[in-house]
Formats: sequence, C-alpha cells, structure tokens
Amino acid sequence: MMRPALDQEDAPVLAVRDVYKTFRLHLRDGLELPVLCGVSLEVRAGQCVALVGPSGRGKSTLMKCLYGSYRVDRGELWLAQPPGHARVDLAQASPRQLIELRRSEIAYVSQFLRALPRVPAIDVVAERRLQAVDDQHGAHDPRDEPIGGDDFDPLDETRHRQALEAAREQAGSLLARLNLPRGLWGLPPATFSGGEQQRINIARGFIEPARLLLLDEPTASLDALNRRAVISLIDEAKRRGSAIVGIFHDEEVRDAVADRCVDLSDL
Amino acid sequence: MNNHDDMPVLTVQALGHAFAGAGRDSWAVRDASFELFAGEVVAIVGESGSGKTTLLNCIAGRLQPTAGCVHYRTSRSTEVDVHAISERERRVLARTEWGFVEQQASDGLRMNVSAGANVSERLMGLGERRYQTLRTAALSWMERVELEGARIDDSPRAFSGGMRQRLQIARNLATRPRLVLMDEPTSSLDVSVQARLLDLIRVLVARLHLSALIVTHDLGVARLLAHRTLVMRHGRIVEQGLTDRVFDDPQHAYTQLLVSSVVAA
Repeated sequence: MMRPALDQEDAPVLAVRDVYKTFRLHLRDGLELPVLCGVSLEVRAGQCVALVGPSGRGKSTLMKCLYGSYRVDRGELWLAQPPGHARVDLAQASPRQLIELRRSEIAYVSQFLRALPRVPAIDVVAERRLQAVDDQHGAHDPRDEPIGGDDFDPLDETRHRQALEAAREQAGSLLARLNLPRGLWGLPPATFSGGEQQRINIARGFIEPARLLLLDEPTASLDALNRRAVISLIDEAKRRGSAIVGIFHDEEVRDAVADRCVDLSDL
Repeated sequence: MNNHDDMPVLTVQALGHAFAGAGRDSWAVRDASFELFAGEVVAIVGESGSGKTTLLNCIAGRLQPTAGCVHYRTSRSTEVDVHAISERERRVLARTEWGFVEQQASDGLRMNVSAGANVSERLMGLGERRYQTLRTAALSWMERVELEGARIDDSPRAFSGGMRQRLQIARNLATRPRLVLMDEPTSSLDVSVQARLLDLIRVLVARLHLSALIVTHDLGVARLLAHRTLVMRHGRIVEQGLTDRVFDDPQHAYTQLLVSSVVAA
C-alpha cells in the first residue's frame, strides 16, 4: 500500500496526530455529530496522499481542519516550516498565524470559487502570487513615506504595476495550460460555468508553490483534456516538494497522482 | 514584516458601556476584549442593538466607556490610553493617524464645500498649504476611488449615495491613516453600488497595509473584507476568530443561528 517517499528528509511535511472533530448543532438541541475520531496520517515532501472512503466519513472535514476553516476538538496537525524554524501545530495556530501561512505555505483548491465582485479572472489568480511577493518584500509601514510634498505618490503605482504585470503573466500561462479561453481572462468569474470557475481555482492554488497543497475534488467538473492538465500540474508540484492531500473521486486522476490512499473509515 | 507588527495597534480591554439613565444591568457593551494588529481587518457583526456601534464609538473616543480601556500604539510606537488623553490630543490622533467612515456619508463629509476641498481638508490639517499640491492630491484620490476628476469642484450634494461614500473614503485615506474605523460603510447603498465600494475598500486597505475595524450587520461584508470576525450579542462578544472559521464552523449557539439565517443569493 505504501510507496517509499520521494525525498530523503526524515521529517514529514504534515503529521496529523489523533485528530477528533465533532459538530455540535445548538439549533437542534445540541445534537452531536462526531466526524473525525482519532485520525492520524503523515505526508512527506513530494508525496500525494488521497483520502478515500464513502462520503460522510470526514474527508472534506479533515481538509477544512488542515486549512483552518474548521476547529479541531483534539489532536495535532503539525506542519513543517522552512529550515531553522520550528514546526507549527495548525490546531493551535492563532488566526494571524493561519492567515500568514495561507499566503504562501498552504494552498487550498476547493470545488467552488468564491468570486469577488469586479475582480477579473486573471487577477483572482494573480492576487495570490502578489500577496506572497508582498510578504517576501516585507509589508512596509506607509508612515515611512512623506505625506504630501512635491513627489506626492502615496501608493507607488509604478512598483505595484510591475509586480501586478509579472503576476498576471504567470497567471496567464497557467490559465492557458488549463485551456481557459483568453476572452474570459478579463471578466469577473461570477457568471462562469462550474468547469471554468474550477480551473480558475486550480490556477490560483498552483501559482504560488505551497508547502502543503489541499485539493478537494480539483477535477470534479473538468473534461479529459483539462483533467490531464491538472495531473501534470500536480506532478510538477510534487517534484517541487509540495506535500499534497487530496480528495479525488475520479479514479483516473487518483491513480495518476496518489502515492498512497488513506481510508478515513478504517482509522 | 518589522517587529512592530508583533505588537497590537489597538488593544481593547474589558470595555463596557452603559448609557446614562439605562438600568443597572442594561449594558450596551459588556466586557469586550480584543486586539487589532497592523494590516489586519476585523469585522464586528451582530444584529441591531447588539452594541457593535457603541463599541466602535467607545474605541474612537467618541463615547466615554463605563468600564475598561482602549490602548492605541502610535506611529512613534508609544502607547496611549485613548480615554486618558486630553480631548485636544484625541482630536489630533483622529486627524492624523485615524480615519472614521460613517454609515451616512453626509455625517463624514462637509456638505458645504467642494469634493476636492473635502479630500484636501485633512491634508491641510496636517500643515500642507500649497494649493497645487492639495489639488493634485485631491485629484489623485478622487481617481483612486473612481470619481471623475472633472467633478473636483462640485458639491458632494450633487453626488449619488455611492459617490458620496467613495468621497468619504478618499477624504479619510488621503492622510494615510494607520487605523480606520468604519460603521456600516455599505449598508445605506443599493446592492449594485455596494459591490464596487466593497472592492475599493478591500483593495485600498490591502495596498495601504491599514488596520481596520468594520462594524456591519452584513455577514457577506465581513466574509469579503475581514481577516477576523467578532460576533456580538446583547453587548457581549460571544465568539471571535478567523472569519471563515466563525462562519463555517460556528461554535456559539447565536453564531450558528446568525449564519443559518442568511438567505443565499
């Protein structure tokens, strides 16, 4: 069942230890729905673990716990950090830490796109790259710059334009690989079809190499051509050393990318 | 990120407010505590009467809290107790380091002077006197909030609700504040106009690395703009955390009710 890890590092990128998650529905007299009961798994750099098993066993719930959208009741979610930094327990991370990690370390591709008003498709993708670039340069305190004065240019448009253009170029090449018609790039994706929105989500998830990549049915509404494009993107992410946790109902995709399957109902 | 970012810009500790004449147990805000960090956007949500606007007004120094305190870390990295400093010092802070976006644009704008003067007034307050500089700044801010530069000399009375709200944003941001407080910034606008304003706020807050506190009853506004969300009920913060976690995995019975009451579009 288990193939050897692709790299020689001994510490896993992700170590899930004995995680429990129960939903308490106060509007239904405190009804309790236990979903995760003692889940443990490890994912190493360059590895892709597929969560399998019947629906309702908490596959998506585990993904949302890893992303921080759901609170875990008990257990640990250890994520490795760059050399010299201590690993982080995502279950205990503060909101600020999670936001910081989501900017570049953790990417999440869901089946649904939460479209922002007015933002064109290409910028939905480019934005994630821009955020990560901002972080690398260090967010500057606007107070460092003079107010008023002859060179009044509070937001430094030139620098922003350059960064935006570079990010758009990368976003465009991803959208092209995913065969999204060029005519759609400049339009806000709210009215796009499910498959089109999904490809934008995928491009956004892959534009910035993430240490941990969470893929929740990334190919659910894609045709064969685009499924293959996604498979090659996943392969590249693995080669770059991303640790991937995914839910793939499409067996062709799962067989192509997963190094290991974990059935949550077995745990 | 510099190390200042590890310290909160704003610290609210055990804040309480009871309006004079109200009964002993009728606190509008009770025991509210939270921190706001540089570059962070926090939404305060809750239904009408939950105390969210009272909390915002206490933080802004417009209301004297009955209990607790508010500390603000200035651009010089000194801590001030917002309610212990003099009225004059508080006005200087409000003019230089803070912005306040009112629900009704007419409350935040000077309706008797031109659009351009509304933007440049706060810059003049900081000592800028050169006409050309002020006019250039006003023009560039009007463009930033997507108002036609040609309307710089028009009165805001001639502007639509959405335009006035954008002008109010420009007026507040022109002095590059570090902290912006917003009270229901979009709720007086038509839905079609709200989206544009929300997107503008989202982009500008991120570009300027602002800390912002946004009071709203609209969970969609919080979802779109806020990193973190506080849920208020009967004057108390009943739940707070990462915005998507508060809405996707609400723990408190009231938050569960609030989230399940939203009609999906």
